[in-house]
Amino acid sequence: MASINKRAQQIRAEIISNRKVGAYHHIIITVGELAAQVRPGNFVAIAVGGEDTRMVLRRAFAIYKASIDSLDGGIIELIVAPHGSGSTWLTSAPIHTTLDIILPLGTSFGIPVEPVRALLVGGGYGSAPLFGLADLLKSRKCLVDMVLGASTASKIFAPHDGKRSLNSLTLTTDDGSLGIQGMVSEVLPEIIAKNNIEIIYSCGPMAMLEAITKVASLHGLQHQCAVEESMACGIGVCMTCVIPVRGEDGIVRMLRSCIDGPVMEGADVLWNPGNTVPSEVWGAM
Amino acid sequence: MTHADFDFSTRLGATTLANPILTASGCAGSGKELSQFFPLSELGAIVTKSIMLKPRSGRATPRMAETPSGMLNAIGLQGPGIDLFIENDLAWLASQGAQVIVSIAGETVDDYAVLARRVRAQPGVVGIEVNISCPNVENRGQVFACHPDTARAAIEAARRNIGGDIPLIAKLSPDVTDIVSIARTVADAGADGVALINTLLGMVIDTRTMRPKLAQKTGGLSGPAIRPVAVRAVYQVHAALPHLPIVGMGGITSGRDAFEFILAGASAISIGTATFGDPHAASRIKSELLSLMESQGFSSLSSAIGFAHREGE
Repeated sequence: MASINKRAQQIRAEIISNRKVGAYHHIIITVGELAAQVRPGNFVAIAVGGEDTRMVLRRAFAIYKASIDSLDGGIIELIVAPHGSGSTWLTSAPIHTTLDIILPLGTSFGIPVEPVRALLVGGGYGSAPLFGLADLLKSRKCLVDMVLGASTASKIFAPHDGKRSLNSLTLTTDDGSLGIQGMVSEVLPEIIAKNNIEIIYSCGPMAMLEAITKVASLHGLQHQCAVEESMACGIGVCMTCVIPVRGEDGIVRMLRSCIDGPVMEGADVLWNPGNTVPSEVWGAM
Repeated sequence: MTHADFDFSTRLGATTLANPILTASGCAGSGKELSQFFPLSELGAIVTKSIMLKPRSGRATPRMAETPSGMLNAIGLQGPGIDLFIENDLAWLASQGAQVIVSIAGETVDDYAVLARRVRAQPGVVGIEVNISCPNVENRGQVFACHPDTARAAIEAARRNIGGDIPLIAKLSPDVTDIVSIARTVADAGADGVALINTLLGMVIDTRTMRPKLAQKTGGLSGPAIRPVAVRAVYQVHAALPHLPIVGMGGITSGRDAFEFILAGASAISIGTATFGDPHAASRIKSELLSLMESQGFSSLSSAIGFAHREGE
């Protein structure tokens, strides 16, 4: 049985910075010693709307960065798109707002034992958790290339200080307003060949992760992706964030993104099942 | 008065629970995840996610949509089947010292008989919830709790297969014209109590895609939005059947809400959707309820059950 991230705790934490960055908000939250427990790929679940809200469910956000020794002590940083009512509440929250937050949740990206050449691929604000991963990989002497894509320039999240750990950064936009016009999956083969890539890490919309999985499999590469499925609780009890995933035993099960993910092996996921449960899923109805 | 003087215990049939706070089936998994936030033995009992005979994948996604003060879900009873449930989940719960009420769900009347027989002698099991009201089944006609005949058949099948020591709680649907008559039917068929209420069938249409938001189209509505419906159901059933224990649930998020159900006639209450928003909800509500009842001058839970029904003043 999979289980909840053993280090997760529910705490009250203060927003100390909330700044607009392009189409997103960069939010900094003080979390004390829990910052030391965060690994790249982990996420948080935040109660939104304040007291007496009509929003009863938590919202899940990938952690952009965690630092244990900032001037404010342990902090985490999030990149949030004001998208629905919950994320809009969070991006509108003034500094000193106290949040009810659970962290760290979910699985994290696996880090190779030996130095490798890694390609990190992000879509929209899905790039956020990749910068912490890039720093960690660099510290393990890996060579890191990154590809980021979005519909338009304002939706690319690529901070200047995020580039310090990168060997190269390639940008794509659907409308051509920044970087190469097109989708990330179109530029991957050339970068994989040129830089002798050995592993791909990704985070972004499900359709993008599916496309990257195809490229990875064509090149025989391992591909770890952080999936995005809507959650009600983030702690494994509601069973709403499931996706079909093939286990080591060959059996496909509906696994919880919040506990068995968000980081999964792309090749194990049965992508885009539509509004159906694939017939090979264990216990399919 | 200190907490030590307050009698928080409650009775469900032949079982006495240390306190009236339970989880709601389907809202706490099998307890393992919540145990990271508080000891499960703090609660009166853990009501496990409804288990079926065979492994079940559940429904396609999207399975969930948030609604004003509530949510729709269409999980479709995803679970490992009774064998793995007993081997893994139930054994683990017993090792935690949790009191367990196992929720069972059948596709046929016979399923209820087999499931009840499998569960009755397992360690830690203090009750069986017979879920005859899951709204996310293939065919709405299969909701046993919507018809007196099928409700009776399911409860009789389970009753025949367990001794008198383990209470049988029938979980009923509010989506009926007269919930009192269904409650009376299941009580006559051998239920020791009723769980009120399961979710109400609902729908959300996404105005951007112009299609229902859930893959299953419909789902069960839960959360504070349904609380008045649940309080009404508890009140009506308690008025008609004052000796039938009721496990009340529907949008309980605070000690105040729990107290409302006790006043309406519930002997115990279940915490469901609130756990999704706050993993500590059940533990917190237990303390809040105790403080509130003491401040209202009660010295026992039992003296407050159905207090809203009293005459005059």
